[in-house]
Amino acid sequence: MSDPSKEWPLWEVFVRGKGGLSHRHVGSVHAADGKMALEHARDTYTRRMEGVSLWVLPSAQIVASDPGDAAALFAPAEDKVYRHPTFYKIPDGITHI
Amino acid sequence: MYTTDLSGKKSKPEAAATEDPAKLAAFEARVAADEFIEPKDWMPEAYRRTLIRQISQHAHSEIVGMLPEGNWITRAPNLRRKAILLAKVQDEAGHGLYLYCAAETLGVSRDEMTEALLSGKAKYSTIFNYPTLTWADIGAIGWLVDGAAIMNQVPLQRTSYGPYARAMVRICKEESFHQRQGYEIMMHLAAGTPEQKRMAQDALNRWWWPSLMMFGPPDDKSPNTEQSMRWRIKRDTNDELRQKFVDITVPQAEAIGLTVPDPDLKWNDARGAYDFGEVDWEEFYAVVRGEGAVAKERMQARVKAWEDGAWVREAARVHAEKRANARVAAE
Repeated sequence: MSDPSKEWPLWEVFVRGKGGLSHRHVGSVHAADGKMALEHARDTYTRRMEGVSLWVLPSAQIVASDPGDAAALFAPAEDKVYRHPTFYKIPDGITHI
Repeated sequence: MYTTDLSGKKSKPEAAATEDPAKLAAFEARVAADEFIEPKDWMPEAYRRTLIRQISQHAHSEIVGMLPEGNWITRAPNLRRKAILLAKVQDEAGHGLYLYCAAETLGVSRDEMTEALLSGKAKYSTIFNYPTLTWADIGAIGWLVDGAAIMNQVPLQRTSYGPYARAMVRICKEESFHQRQGYEIMMHLAAGTPEQKRMAQDALNRWWWPSLMMFGPPDDKSPNTEQSMRWRIKRDTNDELRQKFVDITVPQAEAIGLTVPDPDLKWNDARGAYDFGEVDWEEFYAVVRGEGAVAKERMQARVKAWEDGAWVREAARVHAEKRANARVAAE
C-alpha cells in the first residue's frame, strides 16, 4: 500500500487574501496534477473566503536556504547599521528629512 | 483534544543520550525561550518522533471524527441543520488535512500515516469509538467534544513546532462555530417537548464522562507529560485542562436546564472550582485498547473508504502522467 511512487505528489499552496496583498504560504495538499491541486487547495484552505486567488506549485521544486547557514547568510547585515535612517544624526530644526 | 498521548508508555530516553550535547543544549534553549522550531532546523530524534506520533494521532482523530457525525447527515431534522452539519464535517476533513501536512514536514509520508491508522498501529481519540444514537448526540458532540477540543487546542497555538502551531491557529478559528452549533442544538431540544428534553439529557448523560476522558489519563499516570511540557509540545497538564473544562461547562448545562450526570459535582468555594467525581479509567483504557462500542465499525468504514478510492487515486495518477508525457513529446 505504501509504495511511495504511487502517492500523489505534494503541492505547496499560496493564497492572496485580497487585492493589493501578495500571495502567502498556507500549507500543502496532495494532488495528481496542478488542476487537481488547485481544486484541493480551494476546498482545504478557502472555505471561509480566505482569499481571492490561489497559487500551487510542486513542493519538490522549492529551493530553500539551509537554516544551518542562517548566521553566514543573514548576520552580515547586522553590522551595517548605516543602512538604517536612524544611524544619521540630523540637527534639531531640520525638517522634512 | 486529540492530542493526548495514548501510548501509555514512557518514551525511551536512549535517543537523548546519543544526540550531540551541544546541539541538544542549543535546541533546549531555543524552545525554553519560546522560539519556534521549523522543519529544516536541527531537532532531537525523540522530539521528532513524539511530534509525528502526536500530530498524526490528532489528524487521524479528525478523520475518524467525521464518522459519528456523518452518520446523521441524511437524518438531520431540517435543511438548516443539514447544511450546518455538512459544513462541520467538511471542516473536520480540512483539520485532518492541515495536520497531516504538518506531520509530513517531519519526514513521514501520508501513506505511512494512513497505513498506520488502517492497520490499527496508530491511535486516535477514544471519544469516536462511542456510537451516535440520537440527533441530540450531534448537539452533545459539538458542545462537549468540540468544547473539550478547543480547551486542548488553544494552548497548542503556541506549541514549539511551527507547522503544528500554524495548523492549530487555523483549526481553533474554525472550531468555535462547531461548539456553538452543538450548544444551539442542545438549547433547542432542552426548551422543546418533554421528550426532546429527555433526549438532550440522555445525550449529556452518555457524552459527559467520555468527554472528560478526552483530556487523557490523570497527571500521575501520564509519564511523558513532563518532557512534552519542557519541549512546549504540550502547554498544560491533562488534569489542569480537565478542571478548566468542567468549570466552564457546568454553568452552560445549568443555563439550559440540563443536569451534569455526576453526583459528586459540587462547587468548592475555597478552590474557586468545581470538585467532581472520579472518571472511570478502566473504561478509558479499554477504549484505548480498541474495545470501544463501535471501534471495529469505525476502522471498517475507513478501510472501505480507502480501498474503494484506490481506483480513483490510481486513475488520476496515470492520467496526470500520460498528459505530462504528451506535453514533453509535443515540445
